[in-house]
Amino acid sequence: MDLCFLPAHELGRLLREKKVSAVELAGAVYSRIDAVESRVKAYLLTLKEEALNQARAVDAALASGEELLPLAGIPLAVKDNICLRGVETTCASKILKGFIPPYDATVIERLKEQRVVFTGKTNMDEFAMGSSTENSGFYPTANPWDLERVPGGSSGGSAAAVAAGEAVLALGSDTGGSIRQPASFCGVVGLKPTYGLVSRYGLVAFASSLDQIGPITRDVRDCALLLNAIAGHDPRDSTSAPQEVPDYTEFLVPDVRGFRIGIPREYVGEGIAPEVRAVLNRVVELLEGMGAEVEETSLPHVRYSLPAYYLIAPAEASSNLARYDGVRYGLRVPAEDVVTMYKRTRSQGFGAEVKRRIMLGTYALSAGYYDAYYLKALKVRTLIRRDFDEAFKRFDLILSPTAPTPAFKIGEKVADPLAMYLSDIFTLAVNLAGVPAISVPGGFAGHLPVGVQFIGPPFAEGQLFRAAYALEQEAGLAAKRPAL
Amino acid sequence: MKGYEAVIGLEIHVELKTASKIFCSSSAHFGAEPNANICPVCLGLPGVLPVLNKRVVEYGIRAALALNCEVARFSKFDRKNYYYPDLPKNYQISQYDLPLAQHGYLEIDTGNGRKRIGITRVHMEEDAGKLVHQGTVTTTPYSLVDYNRTGVPLLEIVSEPDMRSPEEARAYAEKLRSIIQFTGISDCKMEEGSLRVDANVSVRPAGSQGFGVKTEIKNVNSFRALARALAYEIERQISVLEEGGRIVQETRTWDEGKGVTLSLRSKEEAHDYRYFPEPDLPPLVISREWVEEIRRTLPELPDARRERYMKEYGLPAYDAGVLTTTREIGDYFESCVRLYPRPKTVSNWVMGELARLLNATNTEITASPVKPEQLATLLKLIDDGTISGKIAKTVFEEMFNTGKDPQAVVEEQGLVQITDAAALKAVVEKVIAANPKVVADFKQGKDKALGFLVGQVMKETRGKANPQLVNRLLKESIANSDN
Ligand SMILES: [Zn+2]
Repeated sequence: MDLCFLPAHELGRLLREKKVSAVELAGAVYSRIDAVESRVKAYLLTLKEEALNQARAVDAALASGEELLPLAGIPLAVKDNICLRGVETTCASKILKGFIPPYDATVIERLKEQRVVFTGKTNMDEFAMGSSTENSGFYPTANPWDLERVPGGSSGGSAAAVAAGEAVLALGSDTGGSIRQPASFCGVVGLKPTYGLVSRYGLVAFASSLDQIGPITRDVRDCALLLNAIAGHDPRDSTSAPQEVPDYTEFLVPDVRGFRIGIPREYVGEGIAPEVRAVLNRVVELLEGMGAEVEETSLPHVRYSLPAYYLIAPAEASSNLARYDGVRYGLRVPAEDVVTMYKRTRSQGFGAEVKRRIMLGTYALSAGYYDAYYLKALKVRTLIRRDFDEAFKRFDLILSPTAPTPAFKIGEKVADPLAMYLSDIFTLAVNLAGVPAISVPGGFAGHLPVGVQFIGPPFAEGQLFRAAYALEQEAGLAAKRPAL
Repeated sequence: MKGYEAVIGLEIHVELKTASKIFCSSSAHFGAEPNANICPVCLGLPGVLPVLNKRVVEYGIRAALALNCEVARFSKFDRKNYYYPDLPKNYQISQYDLPLAQHGYLEIDTGNGRKRIGITRVHMEEDAGKLVHQGTVTTTPYSLVDYNRTGVPLLEIVSEPDMRSPEEARAYAEKLRSIIQFTGISDCKMEEGSLRVDANVSVRPAGSQGFGVKTEIKNVNSFRALARALAYEIERQISVLEEGGRIVQETRTWDEGKGVTLSLRSKEEAHDYRYFPEPDLPPLVISREWVEEIRRTLPELPDARRERYMKEYGLPAYDAGVLTTTREIGDYFESCVRLYPRPKTVSNWVMGELARLLNATNTEITASPVKPEQLATLLKLIDDGTISGKIAKTVFEEMFNTGKDPQAVVEEQGLVQITDAAALKAVVEKVIAANPKVVADFKQGKDKALGFLVGQVMKETRGKANPQLVNRLLKESIANSDN
C-alpha cells in the first residue's frame, strides 16, 4: 500500500480503523520527500520533526479514544505565503528571508483544530506573481509528470507536492489562476473559492481584492473536506462573508442530469492548444453522456480580463508590497541614509517580475493616470462581473479549459512576460468577478495532464464539487500518477 | 497689511480617545513605554488585515454633528501611499473622495461680532508612529521608531478658507478644540499631539474675490504659535508681492525660536499619494437611525452652554465665554454655584485666583487641589464675616498648595476676622496716636487720609480686622478726640 498516493478521505478511514498510524503516514510522506524532492523541489522548507510530533499527538489522541476530526493526522503542505506561527514565511522572496510570523493564518488555526500534520512550506512564484514558479526568488520547481517542465504557478510547489506524493493535501492561493493553473499542469484538483468564503487573515497579500486561499488535492472529495475545514466567516477579515457554510461532501453525488453548462465561445477560440481542445471536447462528451446540457454561450467582456487584471492586481500589489522596506523585518541592505537603504533593500530583495508589477501598479495609480487606467479597469471589472451574472441566469455552471496549454518547458516563457501572462487567460476573469472555480483533471495530452475548469455563481462551491465529482468518476483519471 | 487681505484655512487633526486603535485591539492610550501598545496588525506585518473599530465611526459622527456637518450615508476608506519609517505599511488608511462628513460650520467671536467659518469635511484615518532621533534629524546616526501611536484613530477636520486674520484663525482653532473637547471624543492637547494644526494661507488685494497662491504652514505647537506664524507668513507674502516677486506654492515650517517660517518643500517635490480604495475594508453604510441616536446623546455644546450661563446666571458674555472654553471649567463653575448661588462671585474666583494658580502650576482644573465644594465653603466664610475678602485670597492660596479645607487653614493660621470692637479699639487708638498729621488731614476733609489709617490698622492686624468695623471705629475715635 503506497500511503503517499492515497487520498485524505481514505487515509482518514485507515487512521480511524487503526490500520495505519499518523506517525507511519508522516514517515511515508517524508520517505517520499527524501526520494523525490531533490528532483521536484516542491518545498522551500520541510518540518519533519514538528510533523512527527504532531503525528504522535494524533496517535495518542486516537489511542485515548478521542473522536478525530476528518483531517486529523493528514500531511498537508502550506504555500509559503500563508503564515504558520514560528515558521519562516518568505513568499519565495529574498526580501522576506528570515521573517518568522508570530501568528497563524486563520486557515492554519482551523487546520490545527483539525490536527492536520504540516509537512512544510512550498515553493511559489515570488509573492504569487507568476504562472510557472520560475519566479521563485530561490529556485524553480519541476513538474512531477515531466521534470523538464514547469508545475505552473504561482502555487506550483503545492501542486507539485501533491502530485509527487510529497503531501496528501496542500493549501494554495489564487489571485488570477494560481491554484487552478498549476492543478491543471500537475493533474490534481484545485479550487479557487468565492471571494470572501475563506479568510485571508495571514495570507501575505498580493492583490487584496482578488486573493483567495484554496485547496489543492488528489481528488474532489479531499477538496470538499479541506474546504469544509477552512471556509467560514472570520471577524479578523472584514471582507470575509458572514454566511453559514454547508458540508460540501454532501454535494458529492455522481449526477449531473439536467445540469445546464455553458461554454463561452471567448474561451474556445484562438490561442488554445489542439490537445487541450481535444480534452475539452472529450469532457463535454462525458458530461453530455451523463445527462448534462452543454451549450455555447458568450461572456463578451472577458476578453478585457487580462488588461483589467494587469492594472488592478499590480496597483494593489504596489501598495501591499510597500511595507517591505528593510526597516522592521526581512532583508535590510544597509546604507548611510534611510532612503538609500530603502532603494538598496528593494532593489536586491525583489525579483524582476515583482519589480515589473510594482512599477506597473505605481504608474496606474499615479496622478493624471488613475482615471485612464485604474478607474477604467474597475469599470471593466464591473462589466465582467455582470457578464457572469447574466450567464448564471441561463446556466448552472460554466466550463472552460483551465489553461490554454499543458505544462510548458522550464525557461520557455521566461523572456516573454506577455506569453506567460496569457497562460492565465481563462482563469483571470474568475478572480475579477469574485466567483468560485474548480480545476479538475479532464484528460491527458501525451504524458501531460490537462485540467478543465468549472465556474459557478458566488457561493455555489457545492455545485462545482458535484460536477467535478461526476466528471472525476466518469473520466477515471484519479488513479493516474506520475512516474517519478 | 495695508491694501491686502489674508485668506486662511486650517486642517486640524484630532486624536480620538477610544480605548483601542482604529484597526486593531491594541491600546490607544498615550504615554506607555515605547512599543508597548503594538500588535501584528498595527505593525503591518505580512498577512494581517485591518478591522474597523466601530467606536471610531461613532466618535467621528459625534464630532461631525457637533460641527453641524452632514454625515455621509455611504463612505469608504482609501490608501494614501508614501514611504516613511514611522508608517509600517508605507501607506496610511485614510479617506479620500467619500469622507465621513461634509458641509459643516462653527461660529467664532470677532471684533465685529459673530462670524461663521465653514467646515469642508471631516474624515477618519490612522495615525503614524514616532521617530526618536539622537540629536537632530539631519545629524542623527540612527533613529528609533516608537509604533505606539501607529493606528491611533484621528479625525482630520478641514475648514473652508473663511478666515481673514491670524486672530480669526486662532479663534477658530480654539473654538474647534472647545467643541471637540465638549463632545468627549478627544483630549485635544496640543502639547501631547492630540490636536495638531496645519494652516493654509494666501494674500490678495483687499476687496478682491480671487485667491492668491497659498503656502501651507506646519509645525505650529500652540495656538499662540499659530497666530504668530500666520502673522509672520502674511507679512512675508505681502513684502514678496510688494517687491514685485511671486509667491511659490510650498510647504513651510514654523521655527518657534527664530519666529519665522522656512521653506520645507515646493509643490513639485510634493508627494503623489496615489490614493485608491482600501480593498481590505468594505465601504461604510451609515444608517440615519444610528446618526440620530448619536445626535440624541450629544452633550450641551459650548455655544449653548454660554447662552445658558448668560441667561440662567446673568453672567456677562465675557465670563460666559471663558467659563465655557472647556467642559471641565464649566463643570467646576456649576458645581460651585450649586453650593454657593452667587454666580458672578464664583465666576470671578474661577477666572481669577483659581485660573491664576492653575496656570502657574500647570495643573488641569479637574486636578485642582481646591475642589468646588471647598471654594464654595470659602466664599461662605467671607459672607458670614469669618474672614475678610482679602484674607480669603491668602486662605485660597494655602488651600491650593495643601489641599486643606478653608476652615482648617483659617483656624491653623489664626486668620479669623477680628469683629470684636473692644479687641480692635486698642489698635485703632495706637494708629491714631502714631499718625497725627494724617488724622489732621482727615479732619480737614481729606477722605483719602482715612483709607491710609484703615490700611495701617489692617497691617497691624495682619489683615484680619473687619474693614467696615475699622472704618467705624476710626471715625468714632477721631470724632471723640475732638471733644
Ligand atoms: Zn495593534
